[in-house]
Amino acid sequence: MTLTEVVERLGLHVLTSRGGGDVKVTGGYAGDLLSDVIANSKTGNLWITMQTHQNVLAVVKLKDLAGIVFVNGRQPDEEVIQKANEEHIAVLSTDESAFIISGQLYQLLK
Amino acid sequence: MVSHHDLSRTFEIKGRDFSKAGSISINIKEILRELGIDPVIVRRVAIASYEAEMNVVMYANKGEMVLRLNPKVIQITLEDEGPGIENIEMAMQEGYTTATDEIREMGFGAGMGLPNIKKNADMFELKSTIGKGTSYNIVFYLNSKGDV
Ligand SMILES: Nc1ncnc2c1ncn2[C@@H]1O[C@H](COP(=O)(O)OP(=O)(O)OP(=O)(O)O)[C@@H](O)[C@H]1O
Ligand SMILES: [Mg+2]
Repeated sequence: MTLTEVVERLGLHVLTSRGGGDVKVTGGYAGDLLSDVIANSKTGNLWITMQTHQNVLAVVKLKDLAGIVFVNGRQPDEEVIQKANEEHIAVLSTDESAFIISGQLYQLLK
Repeated sequence: MVSHHDLSRTFEIKGRDFSKAGSISINIKEILRELGIDPVIVRRVAIASYEAEMNVVMYANKGEMVLRLNPKVIQITLEDEGPGIENIEMAMQEGYTTATDEIREMGFGAGMGLPNIKKNADMFELKSTIGKGTSYNIVFYLNSKGDV
């Protein structure tokens, strides 16, 4: 399933100019510890997290993740969005918790 | 079979500067990808160099990372100026960290960095002198045994 479809089906808010596109979402990974995400996420995963500071962007790039979803309505600083736009990274958000959105994504992709 | 010339690139890392943290590892990943290195190896190198780079950002004053490549191996070395590591054996254990609360709130300081490097590298050497600095030597074989 493409990121655009996932965004639509889960009702995610799109924070960056790049909302999705036809990058394939291969699965999801939920976590707030960067070393854990670096070690265990897979190419094309959608990363579900509470962490909204700018260092998450390097993880998305380094691991070729499909994008990142900030949960519990968390909003990043404007500079994070700016940097994500420059790097063509899809940054999304939801008012739901990591548990709910992970469950929904799992159902969608299984 | 990978065909490319020997390569050596040096990168400077600024300690405590989180604004550019990770950019060197992304750069290294792009270089290796463009050279057509096996994507599985590129991913392993990227993980290890990221963890090494972040440790300089988190703990040291500054560091120099060198990427070297020949037909047999990829080598990442890192020398930093910083506090050094008191007990390397302990530092290598999963979960061990001296990160501050502030750093841990950012999701760093899980004590997984050095174990991640060890898991992904074919060889990992860590040396340190208290009060001076730390050096990393990380090697990846481009084929199973490192021979041509
Ligand atoms: N370059 C370094 N200079 C000084 N101390 C270091 C350096 N690298 C690692 N250490 C010490 O080793 C400990 C363990 O490092 P490791 O990378 O495994 O975990 P961490 O950095 O604490 O957490 P994580 O990597 O999961 O974010 C660190 O907390 C720190 O005390
Ligand atoms: Mg670390």
